[in-house]
Amino acid sequence: MRFGIGQPVRRKEDPRFLTGRGRYVDDINLSGQTRAVFLYSQYAHAIIKSIDTSEAERAPGVVAVFTGQHYKADGMGPIEPEMMPEDMGGPKGFRTANMPLAVDRVRYVGQRIAVVIAETEALARDALDLIEVDYEELPHVTSAVEAVKEGAPLIHEEAPQNKSFTLKMGNGDSIDDVINSAHHVTRMTIHNNRLTALTMEPRGCIGEYNDGTGRYTLYTSTQNVHGMKHVLSHQILKIPERNIRVVAHDVGGGFGMKGELYPEEAIATWAAAKVGRPVKWISTRAEAFLSDDQGRDLTVEAALALDQDGRILGLKWDGLHNVGAYINGAGCVPILFSLKLAPTVYDIPVVAVTNAAVFTNTAPTIPYRGAGRPEAVYIMERLMDTAAREMNIDRVELRLRNFIRSDQMPYETKTGWVYDTGNYAETLNKCKVLADWDGYDARKKASESRGFQRGRALIYYVDNTGIFNERMEMRFDTDGNLTILSGVLNHGQGHETSFAQMASEWLGVPFENIRLAQADTDEVSLGRGTYASRSTMVGGSALRAAADQVIERGKSLAAHFMETDADKIEFEEGNFKVKDTNKGMSITEVAQKSSLKMGVPGHLGAGLEGTGAFWSPMPSFPNGCHICEVEVNLSTGEVAIDKYTVVDDIGNVINPLLATAQIHGGVVQGVGQALFENIAYDDNSGQLVSGTLMDYAVPRADCFSDINVDFNPNASTTNPLGVKGVGEGGAVAATPCTMNALLDALSSVGVDDLPLPATATRVWEAIQRVSA
Amino acid sequence: MVKLFKSLFGAPGADESKSTQKSDPVASSPVEAGQISDHSDLITVAMTVNGEKISRQVEGRRRLVEFLREDLRLTGTHVSCDTAQCGACTIHLDGLPVKSCAVLACQADGSDIVTIEGLADGDKLHPMQEAFREYHGLQCGFCTPGMVMSAIGLINDNPSPTEEEIRDHLEGNICRCTGYHNIIKSIAAGGQAMKGQNNV
Repeated sequence: MRFGIGQPVRRKEDPRFLTGRGRYVDDINLSGQTRAVFLYSQYAHAIIKSIDTSEAERAPGVVAVFTGQHYKADGMGPIEPEMMPEDMGGPKGFRTANMPLAVDRVRYVGQRIAVVIAETEALARDALDLIEVDYEELPHVTSAVEAVKEGAPLIHEEAPQNKSFTLKMGNGDSIDDVINSAHHVTRMTIHNNRLTALTMEPRGCIGEYNDGTGRYTLYTSTQNVHGMKHVLSHQILKIPERNIRVVAHDVGGGFGMKGELYPEEAIATWAAAKVGRPVKWISTRAEAFLSDDQGRDLTVEAALALDQDGRILGLKWDGLHNVGAYINGAGCVPILFSLKLAPTVYDIPVVAVTNAAVFTNTAPTIPYRGAGRPEAVYIMERLMDTAAREMNIDRVELRLRNFIRSDQMPYETKTGWVYDTGNYAETLNKCKVLADWDGYDARKKASESRGFQRGRALIYYVDNTGIFNERMEMRFDTDGNLTILSGVLNHGQGHETSFAQMASEWLGVPFENIRLAQADTDEVSLGRGTYASRSTMVGGSALRAAADQVIERGKSLAAHFMETDADKIEFEEGNFKVKDTNKGMSITEVAQKSSLKMGVPGHLGAGLEGTGAFWSPMPSFPNGCHICEVEVNLSTGEVAIDKYTVVDDIGNVINPLLATAQIHGGVVQGVGQALFENIAYDDNSGQLVSGTLMDYAVPRADCFSDINVDFNPNASTTNPLGVKGVGEGGAVAATPCTMNALLDALSSVGVDDLPLPATATRVWEAIQRVSA
Repeated sequence: MVKLFKSLFGAPGADESKSTQKSDPVASSPVEAGQISDHSDLITVAMTVNGEKISRQVEGRRRLVEFLREDLRLTGTHVSCDTAQCGACTIHLDGLPVKSCAVLACQADGSDIVTIEGLADGDKLHPMQEAFREYHGLQCGFCTPGMVMSAIGLINDNPSPTEEEIRDHLEGNICRCTGYHNIIKSIAAGGQAMKGQNNV
């Protein structure tokens, strides 16, 4: 089947993007619309003594100026965490309440203080400069390690030691005995640095209020319209959900950052009713650096205990996860996921890991591509290479000795995941062949002859994908064409294509006759959005259930039209056939006839449609092997990726073209973290110092060579499609793989550790230190 | 980046005298670049956009990208950084790729502009657009218009670039989704297809 499952089908959505007809939020303008611009805190930690907006209010073109006092006086609510550990049976933690406009205190540079609403963006910016804020500066702290020390300034008085909560996982009561009696212990302090998602489409929104119906509409750029509707209803506006509609059209990237409601969205929606006109806000890049919630920022003290043969006996790490000034949205998820995945792919008898949520005077951290899994895999794979070097055991052999074997699956980890399928050794070997592992010496010599030091690494990762339940709907139009109403939210993944492939294969509806409806809470009744590599597994499986319902209902309808019983009807390749006869109707005909004004008994319904849901209590576990080869210029510290190879087990592959491209993108983000990207706050001032594209080094095309990707599918048993998520694996694996390759290259000169990101400057400095 | 600035402020192959005078923000004040209207801070600008002659009154501080997006409603040209670093707003100005966030509308007075909307012939995609589709050179699509315009600029200048030349050329265009891998493949194939088309 040309457009069926498993085919590299070209995307349905591309023509509009390629001709400039995509519809991102800044492409929407509403009649009578105003423009909003926000005032951001200049201080990391301060009391707001007063705000004088009088001059700004008198400036040309200004419609209104609002502060937190206005917002609070209207009875509007704060942004709270979507979930805390206590909501899932964990320990109680301090739950922050983040007012969209600060009321009396600011806790990080970039926190919103006031909004100017004016006729144009330029006039709003002119007026913004006229607001005067009287601050009383407080002491601040930006690093989690400093924040937990005695005497550190408290971000929230309710959270002693600046800790919201500490989570603990594993079976590790005996871990200290294991470590004390082990043949070898590898100990490391590992910091997983702070990043920003840097979506190409900056955040933006338009709030609109209809005073006739009392309904609010929020047009925005998000990964999760239903989640935002929920927060607007229950936390912000405190009005019934039926009076709120959230719509996204095309969304220009998310990576987790657009998974939650932001202050600007709350304010634009609220203010639209206040000023009686639509309120539009679009972030500049500088504002995005300040105000987008960020990702990662975990520091751990880790220890890996091994016996004389390199068998792992125990894993211990204690982490401090910098959650920033507030726990926003899914801010707890990276903490939870890093712990759950701590032993990754290794059969470790004793595991004891802890992770504390630590407040600092920095932007909140939330899930960013991987959300905790990159942290877990980075810790484990750095420990493995270090242990191999210290014990003089081959790095690949050490991994093979400790892998969870396919005959041990389903395998329950000591942190409570149950890995369903995977053949790690086989996938590793396939990757070695693809990467020409054995031909490395010749490449190393060639590099040396050109004056470069070559290094390589092989790492193995696992990911957990498929969180929450999902709902999908299939609805035939009266002309027999199909609309899929999707609860997940495509923002670059290619759902218009991949879900149409599935529907076309299962129902025999022509691929080109299928439309995807999504990201509009008035059109799609319920959904969870797209994040955490969940859409194909839970969305696809829910779509399968919807298709099954369509077929069941279609059988009853076809039986009626062909004057037989439903149990005599079979469905095959898009046709309802009467068993053992030549009689049949296509699904298109059944859909058309079932929509007629007369002739269909009421109990058969009107029109052909189906609804399906799916939830798996256990996620799926994509896994794979990455091999990276780097060249280092020892005299400048510059690092070049010369060869990058991936063999992934993502279970059954729906569209290899799209799946491979997800891996490409993830790998480059992972390499970006290893070599370039870093969100940095100045400890002394608390200012964001990586606040522009001149300071935050995003990977560019000339930083890379080709990425070679192949698959070694082991179907997942957690879902009817046998799929595993593919969105994040690249980013999970590429950071440790790149770092380990770089450290391999530098091992000959005596550098055995580097911080993330290993920029050319840091590499050069490390080389100078050891050679001094 | 260097190449783009060159192209903005007088690049090889362009009419040096014309492009320098028109594009240099110091030498050419809004008053010189356009015509003052009776409303003192509005300037009349006229240019050809995607083959169509247009004339509008704009504020002196109106950037070309705002002019295209807001005044002409050509929203295919995107803004991602406002600082000429990401390339999402790349258009062709007098045949050369230019970042339209770094040009004032009045500086483009008298010029010939092509945006992403001006490439396809009805439903028939330009060979470079077709190549991006065939090689899956886009995901979220936000950087794509700038990528395609930049890519065509490269091929016009260098019809058979090596992979390294393509990667170097894209230094001024950021993509966060694709890891560039398929963009490179798309541009190589699109370049070949453009050559084929030119030979016909």
